[in-house]
Amino acid sequence: MSENHDAARPAVKTAVGPAPDDWGPGRAPDPLSRHRSGTIGTRVSRVDGPLKVRGAATFAAEFRFDGMVYAALAFSTVPKGRITELDTAAAEGAPGVVLVMTYRNAPKITPLPEWYTEGKAVAGDTLPVMQDDRIHWNGQPIAVVLADTQEQADHAASLIRAGYEPEPAVTSFEQAKAAGRHPTFHYGRPLKTEISDAEAALAAAPVKVDEIYRTPFQNHNAIEPHAVTLAWDGDELVVHDASQAVVHTAWSLGYAFGLRQDQVHVSSPYVGGGFGGKSLWSHHILAAAAAKLAGRPVRAALTREGVYRVVGGRTKTEQRVAIGARPDGGFDALVHTGVVAMGRHNTMPPEPFITSTGSLYAARSFTLEVEAAHMDMLANTFMRAPGEAVGSFGLECAIDELADRLGMDPIELRVRNEPERNPTSGLPFSSRHLLEAYRVGAERFGWTERSPRPGTRSEGEWRVGMGVATASHPYIRLPGGEARITLTADGRVIIDVAAHEMGMGTETTTAIVAAERLGLDLDQVTVRQGDSRLPGLIMAGGAQQTAVIGGAVSAAHRALLAVLIELAGHDSPLAGLRPEEVGCVNGGLHKLEDPSRFESYTDILARAGRGEVSVEASGPPPLELTHWSMRSYGAMFCEARVNAVTGETRISRFLGSFDCGRIMNAKTAASQFRGGIIMGLGLALMEETHLDERHGRIMNPNLAEYHVPVHMDVPEIEVMWTDIPDPHSPMGAHGVGEIGITGVGAAVANAVYNATGRRVRDLPITLDKLL
Amino acid sequence: MPIVINGVATEVPPDPRVSLLDLLRERLTMTGTKKGCNQGACGACTVLADGERILSCLALAVQYDGRRITTVEGLSENDTLHPLQQAFVEHDGFQCGYCTPGQICSAIGMVAEANRGAPCHVTADLAEETVVLTREQIRERMSGNLCRCGAHNGIVEAIAATYGDGAS
Ligand code: FES
Ligand code: FES
Repeated sequence: MSENHDAARPAVKTAVGPAPDDWGPGRAPDPLSRHRSGTIGTRVSRVDGPLKVRGAATFAAEFRFDGMVYAALAFSTVPKGRITELDTAAAEGAPGVVLVMTYRNAPKITPLPEWYTEGKAVAGDTLPVMQDDRIHWNGQPIAVVLADTQEQADHAASLIRAGYEPEPAVTSFEQAKAAGRHPTFHYGRPLKTEISDAEAALAAAPVKVDEIYRTPFQNHNAIEPHAVTLAWDGDELVVHDASQAVVHTAWSLGYAFGLRQDQVHVSSPYVGGGFGGKSLWSHHILAAAAAKLAGRPVRAALTREGVYRVVGGRTKTEQRVAIGARPDGGFDALVHTGVVAMGRHNTMPPEPFITSTGSLYAARSFTLEVEAAHMDMLANTFMRAPGEAVGSFGLECAIDELADRLGMDPIELRVRNEPERNPTSGLPFSSRHLLEAYRVGAERFGWTERSPRPGTRSEGEWRVGMGVATASHPYIRLPGGEARITLTADGRVIIDVAAHEMGMGTETTTAIVAAERLGLDLDQVTVRQGDSRLPGLIMAGGAQQTAVIGGAVSAAHRALLAVLIELAGHDSPLAGLRPEEVGCVNGGLHKLEDPSRFESYTDILARAGRGEVSVEASGPPPLELTHWSMRSYGAMFCEARVNAVTGETRISRFLGSFDCGRIMNAKTAASQFRGGIIMGLGLALMEETHLDERHGRIMNPNLAEYHVPVHMDVPEIEVMWTDIPDPHSPMGAHGVGEIGITGVGAAVANAVYNATGRRVRDLPITLDKLL
Repeated sequence: MPIVINGVATEVPPDPRVSLLDLLRERLTMTGTKKGCNQGACGACTVLADGERILSCLALAVQYDGRRITTVEGLSENDTLHPLQQAFVEHDGFQCGYCTPGQICSAIGMVAEANRGAPCHVTADLAEETVVLTREQIRERMSGNLCRCGAHNGIVEAIAATYGDGAS
């Protein structure tokens, strides 16, 4: 199914009964996963669209408080050492300056704990913020200036003079690797899997590849720079933030300042892109501390350079991928090991580039391992599809190289290694239709036109080639989902959930799903999100929001049915029914077996004399994840043109064929897929954060020298999907936000190889590597 | 002489360092115009000055004394969206919406440039008096407006549907 192809919808709406109360074994699928009479899966325009196109959606740096002052930061220029001199006199005397805060006068702030401590800590590192004279990375904030205007603050910050006693620092990856490689853990589990003796099997294999693949530092570069506008009100802190984790941030800021979570109110109704970068970083803490010291509300809007200095990006990886195969293509050995750069005080797990390798292919033996080499640098962090985005580059290039050596079509090689169960965990797949995605994708893309011999197709000075790669991303549903449904006397509904709208279409999808569950029209549903005072502890990360919200809303829906039947009482056509026996349709309830026994919400509430009914519930724990191997899949097809004279690569066609469960909103899901693919084109061809390896300073902290794809780099991208519901997930859905970036690097590299015969194993594929 | 912003006269700020962008966002609380880089690299701050698209982060407010500025807030009338705004909604020409005001203002300025026959890098015949806004023309001419969410296809579709060779 593609975005423009709507399956015929029955004219008569059918009722939706309650979803199972958990998603473990023996449960029936969510009735919504097969519900075809409503808007699920159609093209629905964003509910916040009119607001956004008028510029009327308010972002963090656009809220105001009376008496607000503006912050500017000064940054260290050495990677490690002590501040020996910090002259702030000129800044303090500059016009409009209200405060200069340094480690000498900053209030006491407790360093934040490891990532996800108590399920809530979300700071990028565990370092003290401006509490002593120590420098831990090049670009660490050394002073905060507050002034009446931004111009005054910026000028005053430029007057600060600092001197340092530098200490030896590890600022190059080679140096870091030489100093030692360390075992790594991902949410408590070692990033190491061994099944049989893969090295021995590799040595004995008749056909093999064994190569090193490299990916560079990258930055998220959401177009909205990070910002907070905040104010203290006695012991309470009100924060307008650009956040993918409002409740976690409230808890974390509370921890830093010795407050309870409910003393910190974080609001973030709209976020101008996140991609993993909008958790809690030192600017939050510095702004809150400076506001406290000055007794004034503060706007701290990071400059673009400030984002690079204060907010970590994706780290560098060096991956060995080795595959040993039999002549028929079956894998005897699959080795995916290597090392990633890591800051010394990171809270984020190391870039886990092996996480899909253990799920995709039926090899007889595996060695998978990620090690870390520590550098004196800003903490690296999650960036769209952490691990998978770069791990799929190494793995899926190696598959292509092996296919070439075997003289086999790369899709056929994948077909021959398609596993029946997850090959490393042994769990059955909940829903896996990757080969179907390949089949329809290949047909649509015209894969058979590809010449198996590289460098054989030219058009003028352009060499043309096609490449393919598998995309994959885990299904995640973290605990913490809660939602409140409020049904009002006019038959309308409000969904309250502490989720986030960063452009994924969450508000719209949540409204669609709630409308269908409750048998309402879309315009009868209002969704409120992006506020730490709403129910739930939900991170907009891991492409999990739709599943988490879906699980919580389905639980609240069950609770609502019970309350409504109770309220309906003995005089209702629903009298005596149990919640499992009723379904929602046309603004009310009826008996699933007997639609004539119907009563509308408005009648039930009117008879009971109620203005509204409100229920709140938690989603069930994610049992599905312990019983099934659950992932999203895709087949990525790329046509690349490489200029024989200049080495420039242009992408002329791209198609993503996805298997991500049931699609909720064809319009916004297509945009999510495309957005991921486009970021993948950036990863493949241009994106790199340049670190000066002598001084550990980022040299291109701006959008002029960190290149992201622009309109001219982006062809029309075709996307399609199987639309097969997962029987074990809420709504039968999987996440769609991150898979799009996976596999793209390899699909492009494989297409470039097919076009030119040149294999580039070092991202990005810039023209110098093809000359 | 004042600056006229969406038809309303405004005095230039006394501090000559204030950019047109910061005048809008911080002094006038017209936050529809966005700041993505403050250095001319992203296009989020694009507004129209006497109909021409400019980057308001690179423009000092004092330079625009006496000029007429149109921002995204000046495009729709009350609740009626400008046709291009409507097309952005229809074609999903945005995700987070942060680059969107800049994309929309830029597109309107771009169309005026094309209507004047101004060529661009992909214009084959420089002497041609009118430019047909093919998708390739739109892509080239809009490349100064970054979108990190990756809404490029929808943006180009929205512009093409409103002004392009296939526009009705
Ligand atoms: S904010 Fe003006 S170009 Fe980026
Ligand atoms: S819509 Fe988010 S940057 Fe363009």
